[in-house]
Amino acid sequence: MKPVLIMALAEIQEGIRNRWIIASILLLSVLAISLTLLGSTPVGIIKASELSVTMVSLTSLSIYLIPLIALMLSFDSIVGESERGTLLLLLTYPIRRWQIIVGKFLGHLSILTIAILIGYGIVALYYLIDDVGNGQEWLSYVLMMASSLLLGAVFIALGYLISVIVQQRATATGISLILWLFIVVFYDLILLGVLLADKTHVIQSKLLAILILFNPADVYRLFNLTGSDIVTLVSGMSGFTQADLLAPFALIITLILWSLIPLMLSIYIFNKREV
Amino acid sequence: MLDKTKIIEPVIALQNVSKHYRNHHAVDSLNLSVNKGESLALIGHNGAGKTTLLKLILGLTRPDAGSVKVNGQIPSQTSDRRTIAFLPEIVSFPASITGKELINFYARLKGQHVSEGDKLLELVGLTEASSKKVGTYSKGMRQRLGLAQALLGEPELILLDEPTSGLDPSLRRQFYTIIEDCKSTGTTILISSHALSEIETKTDRIAILKHGRLVIHGTLDELRATANLPIKIRVSTLAGQTSIISDALKADTTYRMINDHTIEYDCHQDEKLSVLKRLSQIPSGVIDIEILPTSLDDLYIHFAGEENES
Repeated sequence: MKPVLIMALAEIQEGIRNRWIIASILLLSVLAISLTLLGSTPVGIIKASELSVTMVSLTSLSIYLIPLIALMLSFDSIVGESERGTLLLLLTYPIRRWQIIVGKFLGHLSILTIAILIGYGIVALYYLIDDVGNGQEWLSYVLMMASSLLLGAVFIALGYLISVIVQQRATATGISLILWLFIVVFYDLILLGVLLADKTHVIQSKLLAILILFNPADVYRLFNLTGSDIVTLVSGMSGFTQADLLAPFALIITLILWSLIPLMLSIYIFNKREV
Repeated sequence: MLDKTKIIEPVIALQNVSKHYRNHHAVDSLNLSVNKGESLALIGHNGAGKTTLLKLILGLTRPDAGSVKVNGQIPSQTSDRRTIAFLPEIVSFPASITGKELINFYARLKGQHVSEGDKLLELVGLTEASSKKVGTYSKGMRQRLGLAQALLGEPELILLDEPTSGLDPSLRRQFYTIIEDCKSTGTTILISSHALSEIETKTDRIAILKHGRLVIHGTLDELRATANLPIKIRVSTLAGQTSIISDALKADTTYRMINDHTIEYDCHQDEKLSVLKRLSQIPSGVIDIEILPTSLDDLYIHFAGEENES
Protein backbone atom coordinates (compact mmCIF):
# COMPACT_ATOMS: atom_id res chain seq x y z
CA MET A 1 0.00 0.00 0.00
CA LYS A 2 2.87 2.33 0.81
CA PRO A 3 4.05 2.84 -2.81
CA VAL A 4 0.47 3.89 -3.69
CA LEU A 5 0.55 6.64 -1.09
CA ILE A 6 4.04 7.77 -2.12
CA MET A 7 2.83 7.99 -5.70
CA ALA A 8 -0.34 9.86 -4.71
CA LEU A 9 1.60 12.37 -2.61
CA ALA A 10 4.04 12.96 -5.46
CA GLU A 11 1.13 13.75 -7.78
CA ILE A 12 -0.36 16.19 -5.29
CA GLN A 13 3.04 17.80 -4.76
CA GLU A 14 3.46 18.19 -8.50
CA GLY A 15 -0.10 19.50 -8.76
CA ILE A 16 0.77 22.20 -6.27
CA ARG A 17 4.10 22.98 -7.91
CA ASN A 18 2.93 23.20 -11.48
CA ARG A 19 -0.04 25.27 -10.32
CA TRP A 20 -2.63 22.79 -11.49
CA ILE A 21 -4.45 22.95 -8.19
CA ILE A 22 -4.53 26.72 -8.08
CA ALA A 23 -5.66 26.94 -11.71
CA SER A 24 -8.51 24.48 -11.12
CA ILE A 25 -9.57 26.25 -7.93
CA LEU A 26 -9.57 29.62 -9.68
CA LEU A 27 -11.48 28.31 -12.66
CA LEU A 28 -14.18 26.66 -10.59
CA SER A 29 -14.53 29.41 -8.00
CA VAL A 30 -14.57 32.33 -10.45
CA LEU A 31 -17.29 30.67 -12.50
CA ALA A 32 -19.25 29.58 -9.43
CA ILE A 33 -19.10 33.07 -7.97
CA SER A 34 -20.14 34.69 -11.25
CA LEU A 35 -23.09 32.32 -11.52
CA THR A 36 -24.07 33.12 -7.98
CA LEU A 37 -23.87 36.86 -8.38
CA LEU A 38 -25.34 37.10 -11.84
CA GLY A 39 -27.67 34.19 -12.24
CA SER A 40 -29.50 33.62 -8.98
CA THR A 41 -31.99 36.50 -9.10
CA PRO A 42 -34.79 35.13 -11.34
CA VAL A 43 -36.33 32.93 -8.66
CA GLY A 44 -39.84 34.30 -9.29
CA ILE A 45 -42.84 32.79 -7.53
CA ILE A 46 -41.66 29.15 -7.36
CA LYS A 47 -40.69 28.04 -3.92
CA ALA A 48 -37.05 27.57 -4.63
CA SER A 49 -34.31 29.56 -3.03
CA GLU A 50 -31.34 31.07 -4.80
CA LEU A 51 -29.31 28.07 -3.62
CA SER A 52 -31.27 25.66 -5.82
CA VAL A 53 -31.07 27.97 -8.81
CA THR A 54 -27.34 28.34 -8.39
CA MET A 55 -26.98 24.59 -7.98
CA VAL A 56 -28.77 23.92 -11.24
CA SER A 57 -26.54 26.45 -13.01
CA LEU A 58 -23.45 24.98 -11.39
CA THR A 59 -24.45 21.49 -12.49
CA SER A 60 -24.69 22.62 -16.11
CA LEU A 61 -21.32 24.28 -15.76
CA SER A 62 -19.68 21.29 -14.07
CA ILE A 63 -20.73 18.99 -16.89
CA TYR A 64 -18.29 20.83 -19.15
CA LEU A 65 -15.61 21.87 -16.72
CA ILE A 66 -15.08 18.90 -14.44
CA PRO A 67 -14.49 16.39 -17.29
CA LEU A 68 -12.14 18.86 -18.93
CA ILE A 69 -10.09 19.45 -15.78
CA ALA A 70 -10.06 15.72 -15.00
CA LEU A 71 -8.88 14.76 -18.50
CA MET A 72 -6.21 17.43 -18.47
CA LEU A 73 -4.90 16.08 -15.18
CA SER A 74 -4.78 12.49 -16.34
CA PHE A 75 -4.38 12.14 -20.11
CA ASP A 76 -0.58 12.18 -20.15
CA SER A 77 -0.03 10.32 -16.88
CA ILE A 78 1.43 7.25 -18.48
CA VAL A 79 2.21 8.26 -22.06
CA GLY A 80 3.78 11.52 -20.88
CA GLU A 81 6.01 9.74 -18.38
CA SER A 82 6.83 7.21 -21.05
CA GLU A 83 7.94 9.98 -23.43
CA ARG A 84 9.99 11.69 -20.76
CA GLY A 85 11.73 8.47 -19.77
CA THR A 86 10.62 8.66 -16.16
CA LEU A 87 8.25 5.72 -16.61
CA LEU A 88 11.11 3.41 -17.53
CA LEU A 89 12.93 4.55 -14.42
CA LEU A 90 9.87 4.30 -12.18
CA LEU A 91 9.26 0.73 -13.30
CA THR A 92 12.72 -0.27 -12.07
CA TYR A 93 11.71 0.80 -8.57
CA PRO A 94 9.92 -1.46 -6.11
CA ILE A 95 6.44 -0.40 -7.25
CA ARG A 96 3.92 -2.47 -9.18
CA ARG A 97 2.17 -1.13 -12.22
CA TRP A 98 -1.26 -1.19 -10.59
CA GLN A 99 0.19 0.79 -7.71
CA ILE A 100 1.36 3.47 -10.12
CA ILE A 101 -2.12 3.85 -11.61
CA VAL A 102 -3.98 3.68 -8.32
CA GLY A 103 -1.51 6.10 -6.73
CA LYS A 104 -1.87 8.59 -9.55
CA PHE A 105 -5.65 8.17 -9.38
CA LEU A 106 -5.73 8.99 -5.68
CA GLY A 107 -3.40 11.94 -6.23
CA HIS A 108 -5.42 13.38 -9.09
CA LEU A 109 -8.66 12.77 -7.25
CA SER A 110 -7.27 14.67 -4.26
CA ILE A 111 -6.34 17.60 -6.49
CA LEU A 112 -9.87 17.65 -7.86
CA THR A 113 -11.35 17.31 -4.37
CA ILE A 114 -9.42 20.36 -3.21
CA ALA A 115 -10.53 22.32 -6.29
CA ILE A 116 -14.20 21.38 -5.88
CA LEU A 117 -14.24 21.90 -2.12
CA ILE A 118 -12.79 25.37 -2.41
CA GLY A 119 -14.34 26.38 -5.74
CA TYR A 120 -17.89 25.36 -4.91
CA GLY A 121 -17.37 25.73 -1.18
CA ILE A 122 -16.94 29.49 -1.52
CA VAL A 123 -20.46 29.75 -2.92
CA ALA A 124 -21.83 27.50 -0.20
CA LEU A 125 -20.18 29.72 2.39
CA TYR A 126 -21.77 32.77 0.80
CA TYR A 127 -25.26 31.27 1.10
CA LEU A 128 -24.54 29.90 4.55
CA ILE A 129 -23.71 33.38 5.80
CA ASP A 130 -26.82 34.71 4.07
CA ASP A 131 -28.86 31.89 5.65
CA VAL A 132 -30.37 30.88 2.31
CA GLY A 133 -31.89 27.49 1.57
CA ASN A 134 -33.51 24.68 3.57
CA GLY A 135 -32.12 21.32 4.62
CA GLN A 136 -33.14 19.52 1.47
CA GLU A 137 -31.57 22.14 -0.74
CA TRP A 138 -28.37 21.96 1.24
CA LEU A 139 -28.33 18.18 0.91
CA SER A 140 -28.72 18.58 -2.85
CA TYR A 141 -25.84 21.02 -2.91
CA VAL A 142 -23.55 18.70 -0.97
CA LEU A 143 -24.58 15.80 -3.20
CA MET A 144 -23.82 17.98 -6.21
CA MET A 145 -20.29 18.53 -4.94
CA ALA A 146 -19.84 14.84 -4.21
CA SER A 147 -21.20 13.77 -7.57
CA SER A 148 -18.97 16.35 -9.29
CA LEU A 149 -16.03 14.56 -7.73
CA LEU A 150 -17.41 11.26 -8.96
CA LEU A 151 -17.79 12.72 -12.45
CA GLY A 152 -14.17 13.84 -12.17
CA ALA A 153 -13.14 10.33 -11.13
CA VAL A 154 -14.81 8.95 -14.27
CA PHE A 155 -12.84 11.24 -16.54
CA ILE A 156 -9.56 10.79 -14.66
CA ALA A 157 -9.96 7.05 -15.21
CA LEU A 158 -10.89 7.57 -18.87
CA GLY A 159 -7.78 9.76 -19.19
CA TYR A 160 -5.61 6.89 -17.91
CA LEU A 161 -7.24 4.52 -20.33
CA ILE A 162 -6.27 6.81 -23.20
CA SER A 163 -2.82 7.26 -21.69
CA VAL A 164 -2.03 3.54 -21.50
CA ILE A 165 -3.31 2.79 -25.01
CA VAL A 166 -1.57 5.44 -27.12
CA GLN A 167 2.15 5.70 -27.79
CA GLN A 168 2.42 9.46 -28.14
CA ARG A 169 1.38 12.32 -25.94
CA ALA A 170 -0.01 14.28 -28.89
CA THR A 171 -2.34 11.42 -29.77
CA ALA A 172 -3.55 11.33 -26.18
CA THR A 173 -4.31 15.06 -26.32
CA GLY A 174 -6.36 14.63 -29.48
CA ILE A 175 -8.30 11.63 -28.26
CA SER A 176 -9.03 13.33 -24.93
CA LEU A 177 -10.47 16.36 -26.65
CA ILE A 178 -12.58 14.25 -28.98
CA LEU A 179 -13.81 12.15 -26.07
CA TRP A 180 -14.71 15.28 -24.12
CA LEU A 181 -16.56 16.84 -27.05
CA PHE A 182 -18.37 13.60 -27.78
CA ILE A 183 -19.52 12.93 -24.24
CA VAL A 184 -20.47 16.43 -23.15
CA VAL A 185 -21.72 17.87 -26.45
CA PHE A 186 -22.37 15.49 -29.31
CA TYR A 187 -23.84 12.54 -27.47
CA ASP A 188 -26.89 14.50 -26.36
CA LEU A 189 -27.26 16.16 -29.74
CA ILE A 190 -27.19 12.80 -31.49
CA LEU A 191 -29.60 11.34 -28.97
CA LEU A 192 -31.95 14.25 -29.42
CA GLY A 193 -31.74 13.96 -33.20
CA VAL A 194 -32.52 10.25 -33.06
CA LEU A 195 -35.45 10.84 -30.74
CA LEU A 196 -36.87 13.50 -33.04
CA ALA A 197 -36.46 11.29 -36.08
CA ASP A 198 -37.98 8.32 -34.28
CA LYS A 199 -41.61 9.00 -35.26
CA THR A 200 -42.74 5.42 -34.67
CA HIS A 201 -41.38 5.41 -31.12
CA VAL A 202 -38.96 2.51 -31.49
CA ILE A 203 -36.99 3.97 -28.61
CA GLN A 204 -39.04 3.28 -25.51
CA SER A 205 -38.38 5.04 -22.25
CA LYS A 206 -36.38 2.05 -20.95
CA LEU A 207 -34.05 2.13 -23.92
CA LEU A 208 -33.72 5.88 -23.54
CA ALA A 209 -32.83 5.38 -19.88
CA ILE A 210 -30.13 2.89 -20.87
CA LEU A 211 -28.79 5.27 -23.50
CA ILE A 212 -28.54 7.95 -20.86
CA LEU A 213 -26.68 5.60 -18.51
CA PHE A 214 -24.13 5.09 -21.29
CA ASN A 215 -23.08 8.70 -20.93
CA PRO A 216 -21.51 9.58 -17.56
CA ALA A 217 -22.14 13.30 -18.09
CA ASP A 218 -25.86 12.63 -18.59
CA VAL A 219 -25.90 10.42 -15.53
CA TYR A 220 -24.40 13.24 -13.53
CA ARG A 221 -26.82 15.77 -14.93
CA LEU A 222 -29.80 13.60 -14.19
CA PHE A 223 -28.63 12.82 -10.69
CA ASN A 224 -28.31 16.49 -9.80
CA LEU A 225 -31.32 17.83 -11.65
CA THR A 226 -33.77 15.23 -10.41
CA GLY A 227 -32.36 14.79 -6.92
CA SER A 228 -34.99 16.74 -5.07
CA ASP A 229 -38.47 17.98 -5.90
CA ILE A 230 -37.46 21.62 -5.73
CA VAL A 231 -34.49 21.15 -8.02
CA THR A 232 -36.55 19.04 -10.42
CA LEU A 233 -39.01 21.89 -10.59
CA VAL A 234 -36.31 24.50 -11.26
CA SER A 235 -34.52 22.36 -13.80
CA GLY A 236 -37.69 21.27 -15.61
CA MET A 237 -36.68 17.62 -15.49
CA SER A 238 -39.78 16.19 -13.83
CA GLY A 239 -40.57 13.86 -16.72
CA PHE A 240 -37.50 11.72 -16.08
CA THR A 241 -38.00 10.75 -12.52
CA GLN A 242 -40.35 7.81 -13.05
CA ALA A 243 -37.90 5.33 -14.55
CA ASP A 244 -36.36 2.99 -11.94
CA LEU A 245 -33.18 2.75 -13.91
CA LEU A 246 -32.67 6.44 -13.35
CA ALA A 247 -33.30 6.49 -9.61
CA PRO A 248 -30.61 8.49 -7.74
CA PHE A 249 -29.10 5.35 -6.23
CA ALA A 250 -28.84 3.66 -9.63
CA LEU A 251 -27.26 6.81 -11.08
CA ILE A 252 -24.59 6.91 -8.40
CA ILE A 253 -23.81 3.22 -8.86
CA THR A 254 -23.52 3.89 -12.58
CA LEU A 255 -21.04 6.71 -12.03
CA ILE A 256 -18.98 4.51 -9.71
CA LEU A 257 -18.92 1.77 -12.36
CA TRP A 258 -18.01 4.38 -14.95
CA SER A 259 -14.90 5.21 -12.97
CA LEU A 260 -13.95 1.72 -11.80
CA ILE A 261 -14.22 -0.06 -15.14
CA PRO A 262 -11.90 2.28 -17.09
CA LEU A 263 -9.53 2.31 -14.11
CA MET A 264 -9.30 -1.48 -14.02
CA LEU A 265 -9.05 -1.64 -17.78
CA SER A 266 -6.17 0.85 -17.64
CA ILE A 267 -4.33 -1.32 -15.13
CA TYR A 268 -4.92 -4.40 -17.27
CA ILE A 269 -3.60 -2.71 -20.43
CA PHE A 270 -0.71 -1.07 -18.60
CA ASN A 271 0.37 -4.47 -17.29
CA LYS A 272 0.59 -5.74 -20.86
CA ARG A 273 2.28 -2.65 -22.25
CA GLU A 274 5.90 -2.86 -23.41
CA VAL A 275 7.97 0.02 -22.19
CA MET B 1 36.34 -15.66 -23.28
CA LEU B 2 37.86 -16.66 -20.02
CA ASP B 3 35.86 -18.22 -17.27
CA LYS B 4 38.07 -17.99 -14.24
CA THR B 5 35.30 -17.74 -11.70
CA LYS B 6 33.13 -20.69 -12.41
CA ILE B 7 32.31 -21.33 -8.78
CA ILE B 8 30.88 -17.88 -8.23
CA GLU B 9 27.25 -17.46 -9.19
CA PRO B 10 27.13 -14.60 -11.70
CA VAL B 11 25.01 -11.57 -10.84
CA ILE B 12 23.82 -11.39 -14.43
CA ALA B 13 23.51 -14.54 -16.49
CA LEU B 14 22.14 -14.40 -20.02
CA GLN B 15 21.81 -17.61 -21.96
CA ASN B 16 20.86 -17.65 -25.63
CA VAL B 17 18.69 -14.61 -25.12
CA SER B 18 16.69 -13.34 -28.09
CA LYS B 19 14.23 -10.51 -28.31
CA HIS B 20 12.38 -9.40 -31.44
CA TYR B 21 10.42 -6.26 -32.11
CA ARG B 22 8.27 -6.79 -35.18
CA ASN B 23 10.79 -7.70 -37.89
CA HIS B 24 13.76 -6.46 -36.00
CA HIS B 25 16.12 -8.62 -33.92
CA ALA B 26 16.92 -6.35 -31.00
CA VAL B 27 18.88 -9.06 -29.20
CA ASP B 28 19.89 -12.25 -30.94
CA SER B 29 21.09 -15.47 -29.23
CA LEU B 30 23.15 -13.59 -26.73
CA ASN B 31 25.25 -15.19 -24.00
CA LEU B 32 26.82 -13.06 -21.34
CA SER B 33 27.56 -13.22 -17.65
CA VAL B 34 28.73 -10.63 -15.20
CA ASN B 35 30.12 -11.57 -11.82
CA LYS B 36 29.69 -9.82 -8.53
CA GLY B 37 31.81 -6.72 -8.16
CA GLU B 38 32.72 -6.71 -11.82
CA SER B 39 32.19 -3.80 -14.20
CA LEU B 40 31.30 -4.29 -17.81
CA ALA B 41 31.06 -1.79 -20.65
CA LEU B 42 28.43 -2.51 -23.23
CA ILE B 43 29.28 -0.82 -26.48
CA GLY B 44 27.65 -0.80 -29.88
CA HIS B 45 25.97 1.37 -32.50
CA ASN B 46 22.61 2.96 -31.94
CA GLY B 47 20.14 0.13 -32.27
CA ALA B 48 22.74 -2.55 -31.53
CA GLY B 49 20.53 -3.80 -28.70
CA LYS B 50 22.18 -2.21 -25.68
CA THR B 51 19.04 -0.63 -24.25
CA THR B 52 16.96 -3.74 -24.93
CA LEU B 53 19.59 -5.77 -23.12
CA LEU B 54 19.36 -3.45 -20.12
CA LYS B 55 15.56 -3.70 -20.18
CA LEU B 56 15.80 -7.49 -20.24
CA ILE B 57 18.11 -7.46 -17.23
CA LEU B 58 15.76 -5.08 -15.43
CA GLY B 59 12.79 -7.33 -16.17
CA LEU B 60 11.00 -4.55 -18.03
CA THR B 61 10.65 -6.77 -21.03
CA ARG B 62 10.75 -10.53 -21.42
CA PRO B 63 12.96 -12.46 -23.79
CA ASP B 64 11.34 -14.33 -26.70
CA ALA B 65 13.86 -17.10 -26.19
CA GLY B 66 16.61 -17.99 -23.77
CA SER B 67 16.94 -17.16 -20.11
CA VAL B 68 17.78 -14.00 -18.24
CA LYS B 69 18.75 -14.36 -14.60
CA VAL B 70 19.75 -11.74 -12.11
CA ASN B 71 21.08 -13.09 -8.83
CA GLY B 72 19.87 -16.48 -9.98
CA GLN B 73 16.28 -15.32 -10.45
CA ILE B 74 14.17 -14.27 -13.39
CA PRO B 75 13.84 -10.49 -13.11
CA SER B 76 10.22 -9.38 -13.06
CA GLN B 77 7.79 -6.87 -11.72
CA THR B 78 7.59 -8.85 -8.53
CA SER B 79 11.29 -9.38 -7.87
CA ASP B 80 12.99 -7.28 -5.25
CA ARG B 81 14.03 -4.12 -6.96
CA ARG B 82 15.63 -2.53 -3.97
CA THR B 83 19.03 -3.93 -4.88
CA ILE B 84 19.02 -2.96 -8.56
CA ALA B 85 19.46 0.59 -9.81
CA PHE B 86 19.13 2.10 -13.23
CA LEU B 87 19.95 5.34 -14.97
CA PRO B 88 18.10 5.63 -18.30
CA GLU B 89 19.74 7.26 -21.29
CA ILE B 90 17.05 9.88 -21.69
CA VAL B 91 15.13 10.97 -18.66
CA SER B 92 13.58 14.37 -18.14
CA PHE B 93 12.38 14.68 -14.60
CA PRO B 94 9.29 16.80 -13.87
CA ALA B 95 10.40 20.40 -14.28
CA SER B 96 8.22 21.95 -11.61
CA ILE B 97 9.49 20.09 -8.55
CA THR B 98 12.80 20.60 -6.81
CA GLY B 99 15.81 18.30 -6.88
CA LYS B 100 15.32 17.52 -3.22
CA GLU B 101 11.65 16.67 -3.66
CA LEU B 102 12.52 14.40 -6.55
CA ILE B 103 15.26 12.49 -4.74
CA ASN B 104 13.01 12.20 -1.70
CA PHE B 105 10.30 10.64 -3.85
CA TYR B 106 12.71 8.03 -5.17
CA ALA B 107 14.19 7.46 -1.71
CA ARG B 108 10.75 6.77 -0.26
CA LEU B 109 9.95 4.35 -3.06
CA LYS B 110 13.16 2.47 -2.30
CA GLY B 111 12.20 2.38 1.35
CA GLN B 112 15.05 4.71 2.28
CA HIS B 113 15.02 7.57 4.70
CA VAL B 114 14.94 10.99 3.03
CA SER B 115 18.29 11.85 4.66
CA GLU B 116 19.79 9.22 2.35
CA GLY B 117 18.69 11.39 -0.58
CA ASP B 118 20.35 14.46 0.94
CA LYS B 119 23.63 12.57 1.31
CA LEU B 120 23.58 11.55 -2.33
CA LEU B 121 22.75 15.06 -3.50
CA GLU B 122 25.85 16.15 -1.63
CA LEU B 123 27.90 13.37 -3.21
CA VAL B 124 26.97 14.50 -6.72
CA GLY B 125 27.41 18.16 -5.79
CA LEU B 126 23.80 19.25 -5.96
CA THR B 127 23.25 20.32 -2.35
CA GLU B 128 23.16 23.99 -3.22
CA ALA B 129 20.77 23.49 -6.12
CA SER B 130 18.58 21.04 -4.22
CA SER B 131 15.87 23.58 -3.48
CA LYS B 132 15.74 24.80 -7.07
CA LYS B 133 13.27 23.43 -9.58
CA VAL B 134 14.61 20.66 -11.80
CA GLY B 135 13.47 22.69 -14.81
CA THR B 136 16.21 25.21 -14.09
CA TYR B 137 18.96 22.55 -14.02
CA SER B 138 21.58 22.24 -16.75
CA LYS B 139 21.94 18.96 -18.59
CA GLY B 140 24.90 18.02 -16.44
CA MET B 141 22.98 18.73 -13.25
CA ARG B 142 20.06 16.63 -14.38
CA GLN B 143 22.44 13.81 -15.22
CA ARG B 144 23.95 14.06 -11.74
CA LEU B 145 20.47 14.00 -10.24
CA GLY B 146 19.86 10.84 -12.26
CA LEU B 147 23.06 9.35 -10.88
CA ALA B 148 22.06 10.28 -7.33
CA GLN B 149 18.79 8.37 -7.66
CA ALA B 150 20.68 5.38 -9.06
CA LEU B 151 22.87 5.26 -5.96
CA LEU B 152 19.95 5.21 -3.53
CA GLY B 153 19.96 2.31 -1.10
CA GLU B 154 23.47 1.09 -1.95
CA PRO B 155 22.39 -1.11 -4.83
CA GLU B 156 24.17 -4.39 -5.58
CA LEU B 157 23.80 -3.90 -9.30
CA ILE B 158 23.81 -0.60 -11.19
CA LEU B 159 22.87 -0.33 -14.85
CA LEU B 160 23.84 2.91 -16.54
CA ASP B 161 22.65 3.76 -20.04
CA GLU B 162 24.94 6.36 -21.68
CA PRO B 163 25.61 7.95 -18.31
CA THR B 164 28.15 10.59 -19.25
CA SER B 165 26.54 12.12 -22.30
CA GLY B 166 26.17 15.82 -21.63
CA LEU B 167 28.80 15.93 -18.90
CA ASP B 168 31.89 18.07 -19.23
CA PRO B 169 35.30 16.41 -18.70
CA SER B 170 35.65 17.31 -15.04
CA LEU B 171 32.15 16.07 -14.24
CA ARG B 172 32.93 12.91 -16.15
CA ARG B 173 35.95 12.31 -14.02
CA GLN B 174 33.86 12.96 -10.92
CA PHE B 175 31.26 10.56 -12.25
CA TYR B 176 33.77 7.76 -12.73
CA THR B 177 35.27 8.40 -9.31
CA ILE B 178 31.83 7.83 -7.78
CA ILE B 179 31.35 4.68 -9.85
CA GLU B 180 34.81 3.50 -8.83
CA ASP B 181 33.87 3.96 -5.16
CA CYS B 182 30.73 1.90 -5.66
CA LYS B 183 32.74 -0.80 -7.32
CA SER B 184 35.19 -0.93 -4.46
CA THR B 185 32.33 -1.85 -2.15
CA GLY B 186 31.44 -4.82 -4.34
CA THR B 187 28.74 -3.27 -6.54
CA THR B 188 28.36 -4.82 -9.96
CA ILE B 189 28.26 -2.22 -12.70
CA LEU B 190 27.10 -2.33 -16.28
CA ILE B 191 27.62 0.76 -18.42
CA SER B 192 26.33 1.15 -21.93
CA SER B 193 28.27 3.78 -23.77
CA HIS B 194 29.23 5.45 -27.00
CA ALA B 195 32.11 7.30 -25.43
CA LEU B 196 34.70 4.67 -26.19
CA SER B 197 37.84 6.59 -25.35
CA GLU B 198 36.62 7.38 -21.86
CA ILE B 199 35.19 3.97 -21.10
CA GLU B 200 38.20 1.86 -22.14
CA THR B 201 40.06 2.18 -18.88
CA LYS B 202 37.03 2.41 -16.66
CA THR B 203 35.66 -1.10 -16.70
CA ASP B 204 37.05 -4.58 -16.14
CA ARG B 205 35.56 -6.01 -19.29
CA ILE B 206 34.12 -4.79 -22.54
CA ALA B 207 31.33 -6.35 -24.58
CA ILE B 208 30.78 -5.22 -28.16
CA LEU B 209 27.29 -5.63 -29.56
CA LYS B 210 26.31 -5.51 -33.17
CA HIS B 211 22.82 -6.08 -34.57
CA GLY B 212 21.78 -7.61 -31.26
CA ARG B 213 24.64 -10.09 -31.24
CA LEU B 214 27.61 -10.20 -28.95
CA VAL B 215 30.58 -9.79 -31.29
CA ILE B 216 33.23 -10.21 -28.63
CA HIS B 217 33.75 -9.67 -24.96
CA GLY B 218 36.72 -9.69 -22.65
CA THR B 219 39.25 -7.41 -21.05
CA LEU B 220 40.79 -4.66 -23.13
CA ASP B 221 44.01 -6.70 -23.40
CA GLU B 222 42.11 -9.78 -24.50
CA LEU B 223 40.31 -7.72 -27.15
CA ARG B 224 43.64 -6.30 -28.32
CA ALA B 225 45.18 -9.75 -28.51
CA THR B 226 42.24 -11.15 -30.46
CA ALA B 227 42.15 -8.25 -32.87
CA ASN B 228 45.94 -8.22 -33.29
CA LEU B 229 45.73 -4.77 -34.81
CA PRO B 230 48.91 -2.83 -35.55
CA ILE B 231 50.08 -0.56 -32.79
CA LYS B 232 50.91 3.03 -33.58
CA ILE B 233 54.32 4.58 -33.08
CA ARG B 234 54.26 8.33 -33.23
CA VAL B 235 57.58 10.07 -33.80
CA SER B 236 58.15 13.79 -33.37
CA THR B 237 61.05 15.43 -35.18
CA LEU B 238 62.40 18.89 -35.67
CA ALA B 239 60.19 20.87 -38.01
CA GLY B 240 60.45 19.68 -41.61
CA GLN B 241 62.71 16.73 -40.83
CA THR B 242 60.19 13.90 -40.94
CA SER B 243 61.77 12.63 -44.13
CA ILE B 244 64.78 11.28 -42.26
CA ILE B 245 62.44 9.02 -40.36
CA SER B 246 60.44 7.88 -43.33
CA ASP B 247 63.63 7.20 -45.22
CA ALA B 248 64.91 5.05 -42.38
CA LEU B 249 61.72 3.02 -41.95
CA LYS B 250 59.50 3.08 -44.98
CA ALA B 251 60.66 -0.22 -46.34
CA ASP B 252 58.56 -2.34 -43.98
CA THR B 253 55.86 -0.25 -42.34
CA THR B 254 52.98 2.00 -43.34
CA TYR B 255 53.08 5.52 -42.11
CA ARG B 256 51.03 8.70 -42.03
CA MET B 257 52.21 12.28 -41.87
CA ILE B 258 50.34 14.01 -39.06
CA ASN B 259 52.01 17.38 -39.68
CA ASP B 260 55.44 18.62 -40.72
CA HIS B 261 57.08 17.40 -37.52
CA THR B 262 55.01 14.35 -36.58
CA ILE B 263 54.82 11.03 -38.30
CA GLU B 264 52.84 7.96 -37.26
CA TYR B 265 53.71 4.34 -38.02
CA ASP B 266 51.56 1.26 -37.92
CA CYS B 267 53.45 -1.82 -36.92
CA HIS B 268 52.60 -5.21 -35.54
CA GLN B 269 53.40 -6.13 -31.99
CA ASP B 270 56.23 -8.45 -33.04
CA GLU B 271 57.91 -5.75 -35.15
CA LYS B 272 57.73 -3.15 -32.43
CA LEU B 273 61.18 -3.72 -30.96
CA SER B 274 63.00 -3.76 -34.28
CA VAL B 275 61.27 -0.55 -35.35
CA LEU B 276 62.18 1.14 -32.09
CA LYS B 277 65.76 -0.06 -32.45
CA ARG B 278 66.07 1.47 -35.88
CA LEU B 279 64.50 4.72 -34.71
CA SER B 280 67.00 4.96 -31.88
CA GLN B 281 69.83 4.58 -34.34
CA ILE B 282 68.87 7.73 -36.27
CA PRO B 283 71.64 10.15 -35.34
CA SER B 284 69.70 13.40 -34.97
CA GLY B 285 66.36 15.07 -35.50
CA VAL B 286 64.17 12.76 -33.38
CA ILE B 287 62.61 14.60 -30.43
CA ASP B 288 60.13 12.08 -29.04
CA ILE B 289 58.80 8.61 -29.63
CA GLU B 290 55.35 7.64 -28.39
CA ILE B 291 53.83 4.17 -28.51
CA LEU B 292 50.06 4.27 -28.80
CA PRO B 293 48.38 0.97 -27.94
CA THR B 294 45.35 -0.03 -29.93
CA SER B 295 42.51 2.11 -28.68
CA LEU B 296 38.99 0.91 -28.01
CA ASP B 297 37.94 3.09 -30.93
CA ASP B 298 40.14 1.02 -33.23
CA LEU B 299 39.00 -2.23 -31.66
CA TYR B 300 35.39 -1.18 -31.95
CA ILE B 301 35.75 -0.34 -35.61
CA HIS B 302 37.59 -3.62 -36.10
CA PHE B 303 34.92 -5.73 -34.40
CA ALA B 304 31.74 -3.82 -35.08
CA GLY B 305 32.59 -1.66 -38.08
CA GLU B 306 30.38 -1.93 -41.14
CA GLU B 307 33.23 -3.24 -43.30
CA ASN B 308 33.11 -6.38 -41.17
CA GLU B 309 29.55 -7.05 -42.28
CA SER B 310 29.09 -10.64 -43.22
